[in-house]
Amino acid sequence: MPIQVLMPALSPTMEKGNLAKWLKQEGDAVKSGDVIAEIETDKATMEVEAVDEGTLGKILVPAGTTDVAVNTPIAVILGNGENAADLGTAAAPAAPPSEAKAPSSEAKAAPAPQTEAPAIAAPEPEVPPGTEMVTLTVREALRDAMAEEMRRDDDVFVMGEEVAEYQGAYKVTQGLLQEFGPKRVIDTPITEHGFAGVGVGAALAGLKPVVEFMTFNFAMQAIDHIINSAAKTLYMSGGQMGCSIVFRGPNGAAARVAAQHSQDYSAWYSHVPGLKVVAPYSAADAKGLLKAAIRDPNPVIFLENEILYGTSGEVPRLDDYVVPIGKARIACAGQHVTVVAWSNGMTYALRAADELAKEGIEAEVIDLRTLRPMDTATIVTSVRKTNRLVTVEEGWPQSGVGAEIAARVMEQAFDYLDAPVTRVSGKDVPMPYAANLEKLALPSVADVIAAVKAVLYR
Amino acid sequence: MATNKKSAARAPAPASEQTPAAVPAFTREEELAAYRQMLLIRRFEEKAGQLYGMGLIGGFCHLYIGQEAVVVGMQMALKDGDQIITGYRDHGHMLASGMDASGVMAELTGRRGGYSKGKGGSMHMFSMAKNFFGGHGIVGAQVALGTGLGFANQYRGNDAVAVAYFGDGAANQGQVYESFNMAELWKLPVIYVIENNRYAMGTAVTRASAQADFSRRGVSFNIPGEQVDGMDVRAVRAAGDRATKWCREGNGPIILEMQTYRYRGHSMSDPAKYRSREEVEKVRHEQDPIEQVRARLLEKKWVGEDDLKKIDAEVRDIVNRSADFASSDPEPDPAELYTDVYR
Repeated sequence: MPIQVLMPALSPTMEKGNLAKWLKQEGDAVKSGDVIAEIETDKATMEVEAVDEGTLGKILVPAGTTDVAVNTPIAVILGNGENAADLGTAAAPAAPPSEAKAPSSEAKAAPAPQTEAPAIAAPEPEVPPGTEMVTLTVREALRDAMAEEMRRDDDVFVMGEEVAEYQGAYKVTQGLLQEFGPKRVIDTPITEHGFAGVGVGAALAGLKPVVEFMTFNFAMQAIDHIINSAAKTLYMSGGQMGCSIVFRGPNGAAARVAAQHSQDYSAWYSHVPGLKVVAPYSAADAKGLLKAAIRDPNPVIFLENEILYGTSGEVPRLDDYVVPIGKARIACAGQHVTVVAWSNGMTYALRAADELAKEGIEAEVIDLRTLRPMDTATIVTSVRKTNRLVTVEEGWPQSGVGAEIAARVMEQAFDYLDAPVTRVSGKDVPMPYAANLEKLALPSVADVIAAVKAVLYR
Repeated sequence: MATNKKSAARAPAPASEQTPAAVPAFTREEELAAYRQMLLIRRFEEKAGQLYGMGLIGGFCHLYIGQEAVVVGMQMALKDGDQIITGYRDHGHMLASGMDASGVMAELTGRRGGYSKGKGGSMHMFSMAKNFFGGHGIVGAQVALGTGLGFANQYRGNDAVAVAYFGDGAANQGQVYESFNMAELWKLPVIYVIENNRYAMGTAVTRASAQADFSRRGVSFNIPGEQVDGMDVRAVRAAGDRATKWCREGNGPIILEMQTYRYRGHSMSDPAKYRSREEVEKVRHEQDPIEQVRARLLEKKWVGEDDLKKIDAEVRDIVNRSADFASSDPEPDPAELYTDVYR
């Protein structure tokens, strides 16, 4: 029976990739472990190894094909004694992926949170009319922000694990080493507590470090320096010694990496005076807010999201596109209910809004963008109009950002509320590994829709 | 990072592998300067202890009495632009780096004229003007931060050296070794001064440290180190001279273990039951850093008793004025509660 070779997933969040080249040709003998092709994603180039022995019977996806979905059959391997006549249906490009052989069959059974971002609302109003827009991924937008700020200010440098020669564990720092050299793009040992402290020390001395954590999960080892050394020094020094530093990296759940690698730190850092906390959703905001964060004289926690890195959006082509920290954005206007989200929570919120619109429910979706300082005014103004509020976050419910928003709205718009503020959040459990449980642990579009209907008493 | 030089054959470590040479002598002026500085720290700390007893100073207050030769000797080896960072036993470091006694004392009493406007207290004071980077309350934090100061020097291409002071207790923190690794890997100009005063709070070095020779704590990173008589200001200064030279020549970090002793408890609330009165008295009588200088000055007839009394009086005057200021200066304006959180 001929064996299909499927487009592999190279990371927990990969959904498609490019078939860069074939290293074996049709008719070549292959044995287990042979490299048969090279696959590119926006993050990495990887080799595809044969798992089975036989002959490469047919190449289904030619070299150079882009955006090949994970699990698409890319070739067929014929076993001993089989020949081209046996290819049969196995060679049909549209054939469904083989459950048994697919390296990422779980991913298909329970898709990772969608990377296909819903339409992103119009960019910043401050962009002059007629500005040319370019489509960038969030990953590219972040990279461009760092590169622009490094060109602008020699005191800005980037440090972290794999940021230089490896080009970034998630390829966010791609090309920076080549442009700026090893003095300003610095690979650190795996030593989060240590390099966070080194970064803060350099910032106290007046430099402007951008410290990348491979993920914020690992920043727990460094949280003492983030809070005790970075956030508090200006106050403890009576305003003498500031700390202009950005701590950035992916935050929150990726996909199928379980409890220690799937945690949302939004609430943790937003608790701390002296820190600013930014969590963008769109590519334009990723760029404009990271530039603002690097220029900010305070320590800024810049929470990215791995799921969003590959999503694209329109970014204004301006020499200096800076989005102010502390301003929420109304992503879509509506009359009936206010939905507040940020980062990947916006994915659920916008999809829910699309669904609700079909039922005649107009949700006003606010992308909070900055968690600290929080733009309470924009939320309250909206609630005064809609009289109903749902918050959406991937973090845990207790003492979460949603809880904080609910408290502020209760304090500042109590008389305007026609229903209790309702929170949609990650469930109150460590993140499970099993695909079905993970899906249950995360918020969903259905959760948001249900919450909206609840506050509308429908 | 920038320097990708493969570590070629290392220059021999400074003094650790040499036989301890005779301690280089000080000139009369150097002896007098050291005497005056050490005395200022001692009298200041005694006064701080008094004010604490009177309830004028709150919270934690860690006195430096007994260890004066360490910061004073090191300071004599530094030059303008070198940075200093330390932990919570920091009053001596601030005075040695030239910070004003009244500003320090007023911070201890939580007054608006304190270095941090009363918002930092004993453990958290800073001076941009004097390159004093704190004053850090988390044990060992200053080691990584100080490494970052050295990083900034290298990044800027200046020849300044960062001096990170920490105790024998902090030397057991993990981030110390993370810092050692990066400092040597990147050849950062950092002097790690380990002030071994024999007790981490109430725990004797031998009860907490598998390797109690702290000069060897950098061995696995190839960081040279030496043990120094931290009660002899001349020995400290000579070690400081060697260390600054080592760093300024681009050799990377170096460790100086200063063997010293604190006469008082860990903090004001420590009854120091973990050691005998005799042990403390023995050090005081045989090794006191100030008495050593005083004896040399008199022995060489560089000064008479009256000259020293005059210095004592001047120092007491500075300290008394600082105490007066720290007692009379108003507390911070309530509006200061919300300032300096952000820039």
